[in-house]
Amino acid sequence: MAYFVQQLINGLTLGAVYGLIAIGYTMVYGIIGMINFAHGELYMIGAFVSLIAYLLLGIVGVSYVPLALLLVLLAAMAFTAVYGWTVERLAYRPLRGSFRLAPLISAIGMSIFLQNYVQILQGARVKSLPPVINGGFRLFEQGGFVVQMSYLQVIIIVLTIGLMAGFSMVIAATPLGRAQRACEQDMTMAALLGIDVDRTISWTFVIGASLAAVAGMMVTLYYGVIDFFIGFLAGMKAFTAAVLGGIGSLPGAMLGGLLIGLIEAFWSGYFSSDYKDVAVFAVLVLVLIFRPSGLLGRPEVEKV
Amino acid sequence: MPLLAVEHLSIGFGGLLAVGDVSFAAEEGEITAIIGPNGAGKTTVFNCLTGFYRPTVGRLALSRHGRMHYLERMDGFRIAREAGVARTFQNIRLFAGMTVLENLIVAQHNVLMRASLYSFGGLLGLPLYRNAEARAVAKARNWLDRIGLTARADDAAGSLPYGAQRRLEIARAMCTDPHLLCLDEPAAGLNPRETAELITLLLSIRDESGIGLLLIEHDMRLVMGISDRIVVLNYGRKIADGPPDAVRRDPDVIKAYLGAEA
Amino acid sequence: MAAARVRAALRDAAMAAAVAFVLAVPLVGFETVDFGRTGTGIATRFGWVWIGTGGVFVVRLALAVSGAARLHWAKVGPADSPARLGSPPKHARALAGLLLVVFAVALPFLPFASRYLVDLATTVLIYIMLGWGLNVVVGLAGLLDLGYVAFYAVGAYSFALFARWFGLSFWEALPVSGVLAAAFGVVLGFPVLRLRGDYLAIVTLGFGEMIRIILLNWSRVTGGPNGLLGIPKPSFFGLPLLPRARDGGVTFHQFFHIPFSPQQSIVFLYFVILFLALVTNAFTLRLRRLPIGRAWEALREDEIACRALGIDPTKVKLSAFAIGAMLGGFAGAFFATRLGFISPESFTFQESATILAIVVLGGMGSQMGVVLAAIVLVTLPEFGRAFAEYRMLLFGAAMVAIMVWRPRGLLAQRAPSIRLGPAEGR
Repeated sequence: MAYFVQQLINGLTLGAVYGLIAIGYTMVYGIIGMINFAHGELYMIGAFVSLIAYLLLGIVGVSYVPLALLLVLLAAMAFTAVYGWTVERLAYRPLRGSFRLAPLISAIGMSIFLQNYVQILQGARVKSLPPVINGGFRLFEQGGFVVQMSYLQVIIIVLTIGLMAGFSMVIAATPLGRAQRACEQDMTMAALLGIDVDRTISWTFVIGASLAAVAGMMVTLYYGVIDFFIGFLAGMKAFTAAVLGGIGSLPGAMLGGLLIGLIEAFWSGYFSSDYKDVAVFAVLVLVLIFRPSGLLGRPEVEKV
Repeated sequence: MPLLAVEHLSIGFGGLLAVGDVSFAAEEGEITAIIGPNGAGKTTVFNCLTGFYRPTVGRLALSRHGRMHYLERMDGFRIAREAGVARTFQNIRLFAGMTVLENLIVAQHNVLMRASLYSFGGLLGLPLYRNAEARAVAKARNWLDRIGLTARADDAAGSLPYGAQRRLEIARAMCTDPHLLCLDEPAAGLNPRETAELITLLLSIRDESGIGLLLIEHDMRLVMGISDRIVVLNYGRKIADGPPDAVRRDPDVIKAYLGAEA
Repeated sequence: MAAARVRAALRDAAMAAAVAFVLAVPLVGFETVDFGRTGTGIATRFGWVWIGTGGVFVVRLALAVSGAARLHWAKVGPADSPARLGSPPKHARALAGLLLVVFAVALPFLPFASRYLVDLATTVLIYIMLGWGLNVVVGLAGLLDLGYVAFYAVGAYSFALFARWFGLSFWEALPVSGVLAAAFGVVLGFPVLRLRGDYLAIVTLGFGEMIRIILLNWSRVTGGPNGLLGIPKPSFFGLPLLPRARDGGVTFHQFFHIPFSPQQSIVFLYFVILFLALVTNAFTLRLRRLPIGRAWEALREDEIACRALGIDPTKVKLSAFAIGAMLGGFAGAFFATRLGFISPESFTFQESATILAIVVLGGMGSQMGVVLAAIVLVTLPEFGRAFAEYRMLLFGAAMVAIMVWRPRGLLAQRAPSIRLGPAEGR
C-alpha cells in the first residue's frame, strides 16, 4: 500500500510535467491542425535556460532561493517563448497553404536543428545541478517503507495546478482566449471578423512554449540532470498524453498528462523501468487504434 | 426495381438534423437531379451515398447485376468498387500532379491490379498485364476523344482550364465503369458554352451507357433541361419529387427555392 | 520611394537582429562548463552573440534590398503540388543514369581509387539504397515514416541471428531478411496506416525508438548494447574471399589463381551493394509504372479521390510500407555483413532522420535526386571536421529551408509513368 502511494505521488509529479508540455501540443494542433514536432525541443531549451539562469544567479550572488527560482522561472519562460515564436515564424507560417507533408517535414527539420543547436553550443554531455530544494514531508510508514513527498514535488504539483487554472481562465475569459477559440473553429471566419489570425497563432505558440519552459525548469530541479536529448522522449510522451486526453482539448491535455505520468510511474515501479517508454508508446498506439479522438475529444468528421 | 432506392435516410451532426427521413428512387438510364437551397442537405445525401458519412437511419439500396448492395453499411471505397457508384466533387478532386492520361488509368486501378496479378505478373511483363494495360489506355483514349482532351493527354491535370478539369473528372469517374454516376454541382463555375458542352456530355453518357445519373445542381436551366426526375430538398426534408414540369409548378418548391418561374 | 523602402528594410533587419540577439543570449552567450560531479559552471561567449546578431542583420538587409523580399514570410500557394510535371527529355535522364552506372562500375579500377574511396562509395551506396527504399514510402506514397531505421535494424539483426542459429550465408539470408522486414512493415503498418499524416509520423517515430530500446534491453537474443559479432561475409558464388577456406574448400583467390589481398573483399562488397542498389532501382522504377505505383502517387495526391475511385487506401499504403520495409531490410543485411558486427547504436533516430533528409532534399519521388542527395550528405563530413560536427544541424536547417523555398526538393521533376505519346497532328 505504501509503495503504491509513493508511486502515485511520483506519477502525479511526472504527470504534471507531461501535462504542461501536452498543452502546447494540443493548443497548436487545435488552432492550425498540425503537430509541432519541435515542441519537445522547446521544453529542452527551457530546461537549459533554467540551468544557465540559475547558475548565473548563483554567481551574481542571489542566494535567496525563492527569489532565484522566481527569476529563473521568468527567464526560462521569456526566452523559450521567443524561441517558440521564432520557430513558428520560420518553419510553419510560410507553409500555411502548402501541401500537407510540408509543415511536418519542416517541423522535423526544426526539431533536429534545435537538438543539434543545443548540443553544439552546450556540449553533448549531461549537465548536472546540485539539489536546490531539499527535504519534504514524511507521510506515513508501512512495513518499513517510508512514503515521502518532497517539497519540490509539492511545488511542482501546486505550480502546475495554478498555471493550468490561470491558463484556462485566459482561454475562457480574455479576448485572446476568445480569438484563439474562434480561430480553432473557423479560421477564415475569424479573419473576416477582424481577428488578427497571425497574431493569435503566434500567441498560441508563445504560450505553449512558456508552459513547456516551466516544465523544463521543473525537470531540471527535480532530476538534477539534463542533456540536449531530453526533448525527444518527453515530447513523444507528452504528445501521447495529448492524444490520450483528446487532441485539441485543453482539459484533455491535463488529464492525459496525468494518466501518462501515472502509467509510467506504476510501470517502472511494478514491472521494469527498462521498458517504461515502450509501455507509454504502446498506450499511444492503442489509443490511436481504438479511440483516436481520445478520452475528452470529439470524433472528427471528415469534410468532403 | 429502381437502380437506387433511398429509404428514410436521416443523419444528424451533434444535435443538428442535416437530413431527415428522405426517400426517393433513381432509375437506370435516367438523370435524377437533387435541388434545393444551400444547406438543404444535398451534399450530405451524396456523402451518405458514397460512404463519406454513415447515416443514422435509413437504407440505401443499390441493385447491380441483380445483386443488392446496401450502401449505408459499406466502406467508402467498396461502394465505388463493388456497388459501382462513382462520384465527382464540388471542389474538383483531380490528381493535379499527374497527367490527364494517368488520372484515367488510375481510375481503372482495380481491373489492372487483378490483371497484373497484384504486381507479380506486371513485374514479369506477362502478356496478361500488358494486354490489360493496352485496353485501359484504349478506354482512356476513347474518353479523351469524347471530352476533347486527347491533345493534352500528357499534360498535368492541374494545368488544364477549369471547364476541362470538370470534364476530366467526369471521364475519370466513367472509367470505373459505374452503374450510378453521382455528380456534385458539375456546372459550378462553367460559362454558358461550357455548360452546353456539359449537357451534351451528360446526355450522351445517359443514352449510350444506360447508367443512372444523380446530380446536385443549382443551374436551373441545366436541371430543367436534362433531368428526367427532380427531387427537391429543403431543410433536410424532401418537399417535392417528380418530373421537371410538375416540380416547376409545385407551390412548395416555388416558395422555398425557385422564386419566380424558372 | 527608395528612402522609405530602405528605411523599411533597415527596420525589418533591426527587428530580426533583435530577435536573434534575444535567442542567442542564453544559449550562445553562456556556456555550461562541466566540473564533473561537483556541478556545472558558466563561461561567457558573447563574441558569438554579436557575430550572430550582426550576421542576421546583414543577411536580412541584403535580402530585403535585393528585392528577394519574397522570402519575407512568403506564403506558398495552396495549389502547390509536391511534384511538378515536365522533365528533361527522357533521353537526357537515361543517359545521365547510364553514365553514373558506368562510372560506379569502373570506380574501383580507376587510377585514383583507394581503399578509402571504395569504402566511402560503399557507404554512399548503402544510403542510396535506403533512400530509394524510403522514397517508396515518403516520396511516392506520401506517408511520412520517421522510423525507417526499424526495418534497417530488422534486416541486420535477422541476418546476424540466422547466421548464428542456422548457419545461413549472406546470400541465403538476404531474401529472408527482406521478407521479415516486409512482414514487420505490415505488422507495424496495419494498425496505424489509417491515421492521418501527423499521427502516422509520430507513431512511426515511436516504433523506431521502441525497436532500439528493445534491441538494447533484450540481451539474451540481441546481445544488448554489445550487439552481435562474427557476422559472415558474402561469398562469390560459393567462393569465400578469405585467405584460407574454413572447411578446406577452394577460396576465391585460389580459384582465380591470384594472390590473396584484403582489397578483394572490399571491392567485392562494393560490387555487392552496387548490384543490390541497381536491382532496387530497376525494381522501384518498374513498380512505379505498374498500377500499384500509380496508386501510391494518386494516394499521395488525394486520398479522398482514390476512395471515390474504389481504391482501398489501407491496402495501398500497406503495400508501400511493406515494400519500403523490404528494401530497408536488404540494406540492413548488407550493413551487417559489411561491418561483421552490429549494435543498437547504429539504429538511432539520427539514422532515420538522415535517410529522410536524403529523400526530402533529393526531391521526393525522384530516383536521381536521392542519389545526388546521398552523395552530398555522406561525403560532406569527409571534407572537414566542421562539416562532420555540424552535419545534423545543417540537415535540420536544410530540411526547413527546402520546404519553405523549394518544397519539391532540389531536383524533383515528376516524369509521368505512362504517356499517350505523340498524337496524330501534334
